[in-house]
This record gives sequence, C-alpha cells and structure tokens, in this order.
Amino acid sequence: MTVWQIVILASIAVLAIKLVGYLIPPTWVEKPTPARVANLLTIALLSGLVVVQTLGAGQAIVADARVPALIVAAGLFALRVPFILVIIAAAVVAALIRLLF
Amino acid sequence: MSFSVGLAVAAYGVSFGALSVTAGLDVWQTCVLSLLMFSGGSQFALIGVLASGGVAAGGAAIAGAALLGTRNALYALRVAPFIGVSWPRKAIVAHLTIDESTAVSTAQTTLAAQRAGFWWTGLIIYFGWNIATLLGAVIGDLLGDVRQYGLDAAAAAAFLGLLWPRLRQLQPVVVAIAAAVVAASLTPVLPAGIPVLAAALVAVVVGITNWLGVKR
Repeated sequence: MTVWQIVILASIAVLAIKLVGYLIPPTWVEKPTPARVANLLTIALLSGLVVVQTLGAGQAIVADARVPALIVAAGLFALRVPFILVIIAAAVVAALIRLLF
Repeated sequence: MSFSVGLAVAAYGVSFGALSVTAGLDVWQTCVLSLLMFSGGSQFALIGVLASGGVAAGGAAIAGAALLGTRNALYALRVAPFIGVSWPRKAIVAHLTIDESTAVSTAQTTLAAQRAGFWWTGLIIYFGWNIATLLGAVIGDLLGDVRQYGLDAAAAAAFLGLLWPRLRQLQPVVVAIAAAVVAASLTPVLPAGIPVLAAALVAVVVGITNWLGVKR
C-alpha cells in the first residue's frame, strides 16, 4: 500500500463508522456492554500507543530521552496544565537531554 | 463554551500536523486526514503506527484508526434523537460527530441549545482543526530532523494527554495498565502496529465480562 491509499482507506473507514451510528436502531445504545467495550477500547488503544511511542524503536524496546519526557508530561497532566503546554514541555525535555548527553 | 473548546482543539491540531509530518506523511496527506477523517484519536493512532512501522504497517494503522473511531458511532446514537435533520444533511452531522461536539451538545438542557451546541462546536472545531493541522504540518516540514527537537517524545505525550481524562475509575486504569504491558511485551515479537491492536483485546475481554466494573 502507498501512504495515500492508507490515508484514504482509513478516512473512509472512520467516516463509515460515524455513519453507522446514525443508521443502527437507537435501542442498541441502551445495552451497556457495547458502550463499555467501545469506551475501554479507546483506553486500551491509547495506552498501547503511549507505550509503543515511548519505548519502541522499530521492533526493539529501548529506554531513551522519551522516558523522562513522558514522566514530566504525566506530572503536568496531573497538575491540569493545558495539553499544548505539556506537549511542548515533553519535546523540550527530550531535546535538552539529547543536546546535553 | 463552543469557543473555548475550539481553541483547545486548535492547539491539538498544530501538534497533530507537526507529528504527522514527523511520521513520514507529507503536508497534503496530513491535511487530507484532517479534512476527511476528522477524528483526533484515530488520526493520532494512524500516524503513530505509520511512524513505527512505515507503509508495511498500513493494515494495522487503518485497523487502529477504525477501532479508535468506534466510539464515534456511540456518540451518533446520543446525538441522533435531538439533531433533527434528514439525509443527506445527516451525512454532514455524522462527519462532525466527535468527542467535543457530542460532549457540548449533550450537556445542554433545551432542544435548541443542544442543536446549536452541536453545530457551533462541530463547525468551529472542523475549521480550527484543519487550519491548525496545515499550520502544524508546515512547521513540522520546516523543522527537518525532528528527533533533535523531541517531537517523538511529544507524540507519546499527546497520546498520554488523550488517555489521561479517561482514567477516572478503577476499571479503565486496570485496562490501561494491562494494555500497556501487552503492547510492550509483544513489540519485540510482532510486526509494528500489531501489538497495539493486541492491546485492544484487553478492552474486549474486560468490557464483555465487566471485570472490576460498576454494577448498573
């Protein structure tokens, strides 16, 4: 696949899922299990992405400047610092560590 | 309320644009994602998997984006009863059905306020998100060697930021930790992108059994 094919196919898939929500009978939403699975799915995927993005280097697991950057980010999110400032802080921490060591 | 949510999302958009270019997409591909996919979590997931696995991980990237988009279908079920438009305008409603438009509209108490909240939030975020994406993509393009600026760490922090507000109860926290362990332990043995999808199985198992869940 090319990047363009991936971009278009994934976009169609995400839009189709939104449309499905307007086509299926609303009684489905009263069942708690599908709602719970969908909510937990978001959490599991995001958590998996945090790990791969923090520790992954291709197929290897490495601990580098991204780890302290993520720890700083977690501390700032806990202090309710706005999203964009936390992202910038994480980038600065990783960049400084790479510059100094 | 729509306006402040819009501002916050525009800031996410700049980070998305820059990180997408970092992941190997060009400025146009990045902009098409924001125009057509228009769902932050799914977009971040797609570029996250492509960043680690390249086009070889395309299938896993699409699956990851689609799975993260499933919650939008649940939002649609909550918006449908009050939105009051018919096809084909409903297709536009569907496209604008995201975390923020659903949250703002369902928080209103009158029908008129629900509809206004949905449209204003959806449209402000749509335009803000796309302009911010373009800005971020151009900035990312100009930066060049992005690791030097710590943008790979910024991507990890962005996922953490999307995850953080969802960790209010025991069940989500346990799922997040278990999913992290699954993804980390499978990364050395499976192709890029697949460990993240495997982590999703944790959600399916815990969600169906409602282990550690609140009884309703």
